[in-house]
Amino acid sequence: MSEKKNWKNDLILVGVLLAVSVLAFVIINMFVKKPGDKVIVKVDGKVVHELSLSQDTEVIVEGYQGGYNEIIIEYGYAKVNSADCPDELCVHSGTIDKSGETIVCLPHRVVVEVISGNNEIDAEVR
Amino acid sequence: MSKKTKAIAICGVMTAVAMIFSYIESLFPIPIPVYGVKLGIANIAIITVLFVVGKKEAFIVNIIRIALTAMLFGNLNSFLFSIAGGFLSLVVMIGLQYTKRFSTVGISVAGGVFHNIGQTIAAVFIMETGAIIYYLPVLLISGIVTGIVIGIVSGLVVKRVKSSFFNMEN
Ligand SMILES: [Zn+2]
Repeated sequence: MSEKKNWKNDLILVGVLLAVSVLAFVIINMFVKKPGDKVIVKVDGKVVHELSLSQDTEVIVEGYQGGYNEIIIEYGYAKVNSADCPDELCVHSGTIDKSGETIVCLPHRVVVEVISGNNEIDAEVR
Repeated sequence: MSKKTKAIAICGVMTAVAMIFSYIESLFPIPIPVYGVKLGIANIAIITVLFVVGKKEAFIVNIIRIALTAMLFGNLNSFLFSIAGGFLSLVVMIGLQYTKRFSTVGISVAGGVFHNIGQTIAAVFIMETGAIIYYLPVLLISGIVTGIVIGIVSGLVVKRVKSSFFNMEN
């Protein structure tokens, strides 16, 4: 009998967490996901490159304890083309082009982040 | 065997099991390019201790598991990640266990979700970027799904351990 009661509580808990997830998804997509125009590359929290998404380029950055990540921008998208980190999750992260989207290479502490230049100006005016 | 001896034996076995699971999981990273998405099979051992032995013991077993796994197979990054996720999820699971209102599934789902929230918070601090929050919905959903699976398996393990070690349902 008590087991039945537990199942009901479990169900409520899962339902609440699902609702929170969907809400977070909606909020992030409405307020965070905007088209970006610039890409910043950070190594260990420090910005090392600021690139335009509309200009095809290629940069190679060094990880915070050695190693490299090759970042390319083409067709308005940014991606990590190659890297010598152990997990290579950054290489398999695909392309990014929306403001707030990131590619993270945790072993090298490298972050590639799309930002919107317009947003920054907006923030400064306010 | 006295009840205390049995409890110590279960804790020892479950610490070993949790470490093996953590190690196996680190060998096969799930091909999702988001940090923190993990099955969390080590949580089966933690939930078993939580339901069969007690809250304090589950806490100790999990801290030992995280410290030893990091020392043997990990690095500082992976230690910071697993301590942030493991600590937050354990606090939430123990808190819910006090209410005595949830089965292993409810506890496991809450643990999975808060494990991923803890790792996201760690990622924000380590990488010094707030943009990782963008992946939070994915992490929450994956925490719920894996939490349900882990919770069902944990329920079966708890039943077996209880009946074979204690020959009773308490
Ligand atoms: Zn990488």
